[in-house]
Formats: sequence, C-alpha cells, structure tokens
Amino acid sequence: MAFQISLNFSIAFTWMFLKGEYSVQDFFNGYFFGLLMIFALRRFFHHRFYLWNIVAVLKLLYIFNRELIMSNLAVLKVVLSPKMTARPGIFKLETELKKDWEITILANLITLTPGTLVVEISDDNRFLYIHAMDLEDAEEARKDIKNTFEKAIQEVSR
Amino acid sequence: MIVIANIIIGYFILQGALLSLIAAFGVVRLPDAYTRNHAASKSATLGVISILLGVFFYFWLIEGHLNARIILGIVFVFMTAPVSGHLIMRAAYNTKVPLWEKSVQDDLESDRKKESVKG
Repeated sequence: MAFQISLNFSIAFTWMFLKGEYSVQDFFNGYFFGLLMIFALRRFFHHRFYLWNIVAVLKLLYIFNRELIMSNLAVLKVVLSPKMTARPGIFKLETELKKDWEITILANLITLTPGTLVVEISDDNRFLYIHAMDLEDAEEARKDIKNTFEKAIQEVSR
Repeated sequence: MIVIANIIIGYFILQGALLSLIAAFGVVRLPDAYTRNHAASKSATLGVISILLGVFFYFWLIEGHLNARIILGIVFVFMTAPVSGHLIMRAAYNTKVPLWEKSVQDDLESDRKKESVKG
C-alpha cells in the first residue's frame, strides 16, 4: 500500500515536471491521472489497489465513532438506573489477529464497545481477557467483536 | 446562520458537560474499581471530545478562525483514553484489587492458576 502511494506521488511530480507548472492544482491533476494509471496496472502489484485500503480505514473510523456513542449510552443506562442489576465479570476471547498493531487497534475498539474493557492480553497474543459490565450481554459482545471488528481490521491489512 | 451556529455550539458543549457529569456520578455510584473505570474511561472521553468540538465550532463559525490544534487535541484524546483505561485496569488486576462480590466469572484468574500449576 505504501509503495503504491509513493508511486502515485512520483507520477504526480512527473506530471508537474512535464507541464513545467508547479501549483497545487497541477499536483492534484497529476495525482488523479496517476491513480488511473495505477488502477489500470493493478494486476502487476502484489497487493490490491490501494484505494480499497483507504475505504477500509474510513470504515474502521466510522465504526470507532459509532461504538463510542453506543458505549456512552450503555454506561449512561447503567449509571442512572436506580438498582445495580449489572453482573460484571471477566471473560476470555480468542482472536485470529497476528500483528501487534492489529491487536492494539482491536483492544482499543473493544474498550470503546458498550460495556467491555480489556484487562489483559495473553503472552502469546492469542487471548484477550475482557472485563464486561454485564455478562448477560457478553455473548452478544463476543459475536459482535468477532464479526464486525476483526473483519474490519483484517480488511485494512489485506 | 449565527442562530444555527449557536445551536450547534450549545448542543455540543451541553452534551459534553452532561456526559462528564454522568461519568462523575458513575465513579461515585458503581461498586468496584473495574466498573468505575468503565464509566470514567468512556463517558469522560466522549464528554471531553464534545466540549472540544463545541469550542472548535465556536472559534470557526463565530470568530472565523480555524484552529487545527483543537482537532489535534481531539485525536490525541481519542487515541490515548482507551489505552489509559486499559493500563489502569491491568495495574488494578495485577495488584489484586478484588472484583465486586456479585461478579460472576473470572476466566483470567482460573487461567493463571492453571499456568502456575503447570509451571
């Protein structure tokens, strides 16, 4: 992905040199044509066309924001309810993610999910121990983490 | 235009203040360190972010001054708050702060016991 972006930049600069005009407008024109070139030649790269990665990053950002708002509503409900009916506990979650930065992002996302907070990550990076505010919902939270977050993160690093 | 701007600014600042208040309530009301950390690390994050957004919109729409430092502040809070929540949680667990007595499950404790039996 980084290689394709730097290639796109150098195409844009080549475009500016060819035209002999050095303005922001010319840079963006060159960048756009470079994007078309890279799209046309995408089967020669090892990774996929990098615009899809950028779309995946934007999707991940959207998920971050949505979860932040949802988790605040969940905490609000627990704090303002007259009786403490929540049953907290620590549960274990197996993750398929391998790289360190992926696990960091997953842990941050889980922390922002309604009612869950990461306590510990096992030494072999295979299990996350998560403190849940309400274990009744924990099964659902587990499914959520598996289906949406892990998939979104894998999509970014593909 | 000014009216709409005022409504947006007021909404963000009020929302942030309310969320911070609820976070403070949560810290007082919840039973143990872990659940308190939930309230503090989540509501306070969105509260601070909303107040900063309100300030950003105030300077942008009323004073006509685009302040990028506030946006950077929002990004920093957004990135660091979950990490600090996790670290406090972990430090509490490793120094054996007890869970609330009504907690139902503790997988980490049982796994640690298993490992110490093995080792």
